[in-house]
Amino acid sequence: MQRQSRDHFDASTIPDDLAPIATVLSGMLPGDWRSLRPLIDRLKCVKCGLCWLYCPVQCVVEKPRWFEFDLAVCKGCGICAQECPHRAIAMVEEAGR
Amino acid sequence: MTTATRESRLASNKPRFAVCEGNEAAAIGVGLARPDVVAVYPITPQSSLVEHLSQMIADGRLQADLMNVEGEHAVMSGLQGVALAGGRTFTATCGPGLAFMFEPYVRTPGLRLPMVASLVTRDLLSPQCVWGGQQDAMVVRDAGWIQMYCETVQEILDTTIMAYKIAEHRDVMLPVNVCHDGNYLSFGVTRVELPDQQDVDEWLGPPATNWHIALDPLRPMGVDPLTGGAGGAGPRNFVRYRKGQCRGMQNALRVIAEVHATWGERFGRAHAPLVEEYRLDGAEYALVTIGSMTGAAKDAVDLARDRGEAAGLIKIKTFRPFPLRAMAEALAKVKRVGVVDRSVSFGWNCGPVYQETLGALYHAGKAIPAVSFIGGLAGADITVEHFARAIALTREAKAGAAADEPVWLNEND
Repeated sequence: MQRQSRDHFDASTIPDDLAPIATVLSGMLPGDWRSLRPLIDRLKCVKCGLCWLYCPVQCVVEKPRWFEFDLAVCKGCGICAQECPHRAIAMVEEAGR
Repeated sequence: MTTATRESRLASNKPRFAVCEGNEAAAIGVGLARPDVVAVYPITPQSSLVEHLSQMIADGRLQADLMNVEGEHAVMSGLQGVALAGGRTFTATCGPGLAFMFEPYVRTPGLRLPMVASLVTRDLLSPQCVWGGQQDAMVVRDAGWIQMYCETVQEILDTTIMAYKIAEHRDVMLPVNVCHDGNYLSFGVTRVELPDQQDVDEWLGPPATNWHIALDPLRPMGVDPLTGGAGGAGPRNFVRYRKGQCRGMQNALRVIAEVHATWGERFGRAHAPLVEEYRLDGAEYALVTIGSMTGAAKDAVDLARDRGEAAGLIKIKTFRPFPLRAMAEALAKVKRVGVVDRSVSFGWNCGPVYQETLGALYHAGKAIPAVSFIGGLAGADITVEHFARAIALTREAKAGAAADEPVWLNEND
């Protein structure tokens, strides 16, 4: 198969109405459209790591004594709260953002 | 044909003719265009096209990868990846297969991927049938693919090769459906002239499928990011791409004519690119036809002329983009028109080609008597006798009588 790559790619050589492409990264992260936020009860958390395992966007961050969430990335799906065997995670409504 | 090519052909021992069915002619055309990847799922009446291609690849006559897939949806999705990686592609389908392909099929023109796909046209279910008709192609007439309908087996071969040149033209960059009638053309066996591989290579040039949108680490880009909606730059981005797509379609009218002209110069066979006017000189009324039915219709027109009647014929080859100007010019020459469809526009109670012919008449500034004929559904034959009846009814068509009801040609067969 023929490859038509160029060493120095210049997107401006392509007509801007031809095909839907993007060459600039979008700053949007899953957290931008979250409506529920996970809230962790540190007294209940036994650090089993199931939330870390199940999170589809891998936003669970390990801390010395519990797990925390990177809220820029968390999309609020609630899978962690559903799977937590100790009911240590509650999903609370986002407000005032 | 140039003198040089004629001499080099005389010097070679290669067979220059073949006797084959329409599906094999399409496969031969594909082979001459040297695609990188072929993915086809068999479906009646297209199946022998796949078999011919598989055999060509197995015999080493075509150096292409044959992608074995589980269905038509995977065919089109896989080929999008091939085109985005820079490869020339081919597939073929019809009827229910096209219906299963629909989701990635409608996405292809928006991505401006210059694919070529044969539609071996077939009527749609239900009632259950496995035979030819043009309902499948007419259902997708506004999916954004270019549609060219062939009249003969030779035209299938030639148009299949031309389709790559049209699709990959930088002013077009749209996928092309080469439509040929299931059963009548797919299995109709005739003698065809074979172009030389070297001539086709020179005329066609190397593939140019992903210079504008690509899966390529050296040209990092997001392919088909989210646009549209009601906020930010979404609406204007979406409209810009849609307008570009429409312009590509309109450019195709010019490019299709140019490509047919250079094909005729190089290979000595001229086909009408958009609309063919047949015996319109002195014609008072004309039939409008599309596809393989045109042969019998031309015979019927000849017989009418022999009787001293002022009949003519307008054949549509390119239906998408719609050749508005060429149709308006042809229709301007007659006083009554009868349009023969091999499919149905359910909401309008007439044929789709009839419906669009009325649109062209408006652009020609004419409100003339027009009749919608529907025939050849699900493999039915439209014979010279059927066309003679259509000609007689068109001749008698009166102003203001324009079709509350279509005339069903095979109703009593």
